[in-house]
Amino acid sequence: MHTLTHLERLEAESIHIMREVVAEADNPVMLYSVGKDSAVMLHLARKAFYPAPPPFPLLHVDTTWKFKAMYDLREKMARESGMELLIWHNEEAAERGINPFEHGPLHTDMWKTQGLKQALDHYGFDAAFGGARRDEEKSRAKERVFSFRSASHGWDPKNQRPELWNLYNAKKAKGESIRVFPLSNWTELDIWQYIMAENIEIVPLYFAEERPTYEWEGGLFMADDIDRLEKVLGKRPEITMRPVRFRTLGCWPLTGAVESKAATLAEVVQEMLLTSTSERQGRVIDKDAGGAGMEKKKQEGYF
Amino acid sequence: MNKSPAYEVDALIAEDIGAYLHQHQNKQLLRFITCGSVDDGKSTLIGRLLYDSKMIFEDQLAALESDSKRVGTQGQEIDFALLVDGLAAEREQGITIDVAYRFFSTEKRKFIVADCPGHEQYTRNMVTGASTADLAVILVDARKGVLVQTRRHSYIAHLLGIRHLVLAVNKMDLVDYDQQVFDTIVAEYRAFATEIGIESFTAIPISGFKGDNITAAPSANTPWYAGPSLIAHLETVEIANTAAQARAFRMPVQWVNRPNLDFRGFAGLITDGSIRKGDKVRVVPAGKTSSVASIVTFNGELDQAVAGQSVMLTLADEIDCSRGDMIAAAGDPPQVSDQFEVTIVWMSDEALKPGRGYWLKLGTQTVSANVAEPKYEVCINTFEHLAAKTLELNAIGVAELRTDKPIVFEPYGASRQLGGFILIDKFTNATVGAGMIHFSLRRAENVHWQPVSITREDHAVLKNQKPRVLWFTGLSGSGKSTIANEVEKRLNLMNRHTFLLDGDNVRHGLNRDLGFTEADRIENIRRIGEVAKLMADAGLVVLTAFISPFRAERRMVREMLPEGEFIEIFVDTPLSVAEARDVKGLYKKARAGQLKNFTGIDSPYEEPEAAEIRVNTVEMTVEEAADHIIRKILPLK
Repeated sequence: MHTLTHLERLEAESIHIMREVVAEADNPVMLYSVGKDSAVMLHLARKAFYPAPPPFPLLHVDTTWKFKAMYDLREKMARESGMELLIWHNEEAAERGINPFEHGPLHTDMWKTQGLKQALDHYGFDAAFGGARRDEEKSRAKERVFSFRSASHGWDPKNQRPELWNLYNAKKAKGESIRVFPLSNWTELDIWQYIMAENIEIVPLYFAEERPTYEWEGGLFMADDIDRLEKVLGKRPEITMRPVRFRTLGCWPLTGAVESKAATLAEVVQEMLLTSTSERQGRVIDKDAGGAGMEKKKQEGYF
Repeated sequence: MNKSPAYEVDALIAEDIGAYLHQHQNKQLLRFITCGSVDDGKSTLIGRLLYDSKMIFEDQLAALESDSKRVGTQGQEIDFALLVDGLAAEREQGITIDVAYRFFSTEKRKFIVADCPGHEQYTRNMVTGASTADLAVILVDARKGVLVQTRRHSYIAHLLGIRHLVLAVNKMDLVDYDQQVFDTIVAEYRAFATEIGIESFTAIPISGFKGDNITAAPSANTPWYAGPSLIAHLETVEIANTAAQARAFRMPVQWVNRPNLDFRGFAGLITDGSIRKGDKVRVVPAGKTSSVASIVTFNGELDQAVAGQSVMLTLADEIDCSRGDMIAAAGDPPQVSDQFEVTIVWMSDEALKPGRGYWLKLGTQTVSANVAEPKYEVCINTFEHLAAKTLELNAIGVAELRTDKPIVFEPYGASRQLGGFILIDKFTNATVGAGMIHFSLRRAENVHWQPVSITREDHAVLKNQKPRVLWFTGLSGSGKSTIANEVEKRLNLMNRHTFLLDGDNVRHGLNRDLGFTEADRIENIRRIGEVAKLMADAGLVVLTAFISPFRAERRMVREMLPEGEFIEIFVDTPLSVAEARDVKGLYKKARAGQLKNFTGIDSPYEEPEAAEIRVNTVEMTVEEAADHIIRKILPLK
C-alpha cells in the first residue's frame, strides 16, 4: 500500500487531463505565459507525453511589454521541450500604439483578450490549455476543467457542463472551442512546492534582487526598459535601486513589485506563507468593474 | 478566534521553513462535499474552515469585512458565506447555485471541498460534487433537525458511493449547546440512515459561526461531547484512492505513445490496484495477454505504480491495444457487456428520450447507447419508486441501458471510475445525464452473435450490387412514397434487387403496437433501421419512406450501417405546399385538433443538415426527382 501525497495526486490528475485533450481534440495548443504556473503546466505536459515531446505547440500571446527575462526563458523552454513556439502580436494594438500607461484596461483587452481570440481563430485551435487555478479568484472556483467557449469565445457560467468523476466531455460543434485548465485543483503553495520538488526553472524575477524601480500611481514597479518608459511617459521617472521580487508576472508596467529579501525558493515560499495579501493583488486587472472583474473579463473571452 | 495549537504554524514557517515544507510535501489529499441549504450555514462553515486554516489573506479579509456590512446577513459580524458564493448572480441573490471548489490544508492533509447547493432543483450539481468526494458533511440546523433535504442529501451521497458521512449538527449556539437536542437529532437520523442502507456515520455538534468543535473538541460549550472535532475527523478518515489499491489492476488506455518505431507506450490513469514490472496483464475486451516490460516516466523507470497515478506502460509483446481498451490483471479481468441495469441522474432541461441514441462515456470508452423506458423513478424525498415514462431534469431513476458495442466495466459499487458514466446529447454535445452501472443483464451474456459463413459481402457480390439504404425523409405529403416508388421502378428496370419499406405499410404490421408519441416515433424508426440493416446485409438496395422527423434517429440508423451505405434523401417540400396537397386529409384533422403530435403542426420536423441528396417537388416533377436520385447513386456496384 502506497498512499499518494497530494502532489502526486495533483500531478496524476493534470497529466490525465492533458492526455484526454490530446486524445479527443483535433488541434490543441498550450497557452504559455512564461509565469510560474505556465512553467509547471509545461513541465507536466513534458511528463505526460514522455518520451515524445508534447504533441502540440506553445502559444504566447505577447503584449510586447513583458519583462526581458521572460522573453529569454520563453525561448529557452521552447528549445528544451522540443515544442514549436508560436508568438502572437495583435497588429491593431501595435498600430494604434496601445500601451499600459495611457490606455489602462484597453491595453489588456486589445493585446491579451483580443490577441488571444485572434490567435486561436488564426490557427484554428479547438482546445487551449491555460494555467488558471480555482484558488486564484472567486469566479474561477466555479469554472470547469473543460470550459466551453462559443464560436465568439464567450463563456456562459450558467450553462456549464457537469463534470463527474474524471470524465470530461470534449464534444463540441464546429467553431466552438474548449479552454482546458489542468491546474484547476492546485493552490499557489502546491505550485511552489512542485517547482521545488521537481526543480523546475522559473523566471529569476520571482527571486529578490536589487532592481531599478519607480513609483507610479501609488505602486512600486520595475523599470525593465528605461528608455521605452521615458518615451511613453514623456519624462524619466525617478529610478531607485531596491531589493524587489514579483509574486506574479505580466506586463512590467502593470505588475507591482514587492520589496523582499527572499532570494531562494524556500525563502519565497516562506515569505508567501507569512505575508497576508493574496497573489493577484499586485495586478491591476481584477479591480476593474468592482468585485466581478475577472468574471466579466472571462465572459468577454479573456482566459 | 478559536484556534488549536495545531494551527499555530507561523512559528514553524518562520523558524524552519525546510521542516514545514517537508511536512506539507507529504500531506495526503482528501476530497469532500458539504451539503445543506443556505440556511443550514454551509457556506459559513466553509468560510470558517478557510479562515481557521489561514487560507484567507488580509486584502480578501478587508474586502470581506466591507462586503459583510454592505450585503451580509450577519449584521456587523463577518459573513463567511460571502467568501464562497462566487458568481455575481449568486452574490446578488444570496444563494449558491453551482458547485464551487475550495482548498485548505492542515498539518496532515490538503482538502478539496466541493460546496454544493442544497435545493432540489440543484440535485444535479450535488451529484457532480459527490462523484469525486471521499466524504460528505451533511449539515443540519440544530433548531430544525432532520428535514426532507437532509434525507435527500444523505441519499444522494450514499447513491454516489460516498462511504464516510458526517452529520454536522450546526448552530448549536442557537440551542444553548443542549446535548438533548443533539442526541434527539442523531437518533432520528440513525433510524432513517439504516433504512436507506447507510451503515455508519459520524455525528458532530458544531457552530460554524462561533467555531465550536471545528478545529478542537470538545469545545468549552459542549463538555458532554466525546468525539473528534470536524477537522480531526477529516484528517484521519480513510481515503478512497488508498482503498482502491487493494483491488485487481485496471488501467483504461487513454492514448498510445509512438514517438518512433521502437517505442509503443500505453498511457493511462490507474483506476484500481497496482502494477509491477513483469506482471502478467490482459488487454480487454480483446483478451490477449502479455506482461509489463516497463513503467516509463520522465524521471526514470518505476518498479511499481498504484491506483491514482498516471503512467505509461510498455508491454513485452506486440499486441493490439488502443484508446478505449483496458489493461487489466491477467488473472482477474473486468467484465464486458452491452446491456446493463443502471441508475441514471438526468441533468438536462430536455427530458430523457427512451430509445434515442446518446453518446456514453465510461473511462476512455465512448460508444452509442440507448436507455429503455425507466423501470421506475426514485422520489428523492421519500425514496418511493414512482412509475415513469421518462426522466426530467434532476430526476433519478433505474432503467435498462444498451450500448451499440460491448464495453469494459465494473459495477459502480466495486469501482466508481469503471462503473460511472456520462450521457452526451449527440446534437447539442451537452452532458445530459450521469449513470451508475448496477450489473450486466444476463440476457446480453447469453445472446451471442451467430457467426455465419456467408458474409454480407457474399450476398452483395451474388446480386452484383452495392447494398444501400436510400432513406427518404420529409413532411407528410411531401412526396416521399411517390418518389421512392418511382426510383424503385427504375432500379428494377436496371436489374437491381430492391425493397421498399413504406411508412403506412410498416405501421400496419411490424410497428402496429406503436403510436405517435415522441418515444414511439423513436422506436418506430429504430425498428425500421434494424430491418433496413438486415436487408442491406442480405445485399438489397433498400428504399424507406418515413417522415423520420428527428435528426438523432436518422443519425442512429446511419451509424448502424457501414460508411457510405446510408443515403439520406431530403424531400424538401415546404409545409404550405404539403398542407395544400393534404392527400390523406391529415393536415386538416391536425389543424382541427383531432390528430395530436402531427409533424409540422404540433410536433417538430428537424431538417437534415447534410443530406446526401435533396429533391424538391415544387420545382421538379416526380420523374425528374427520380432521375436526379439515380444519377447521384451511380455506380450501383
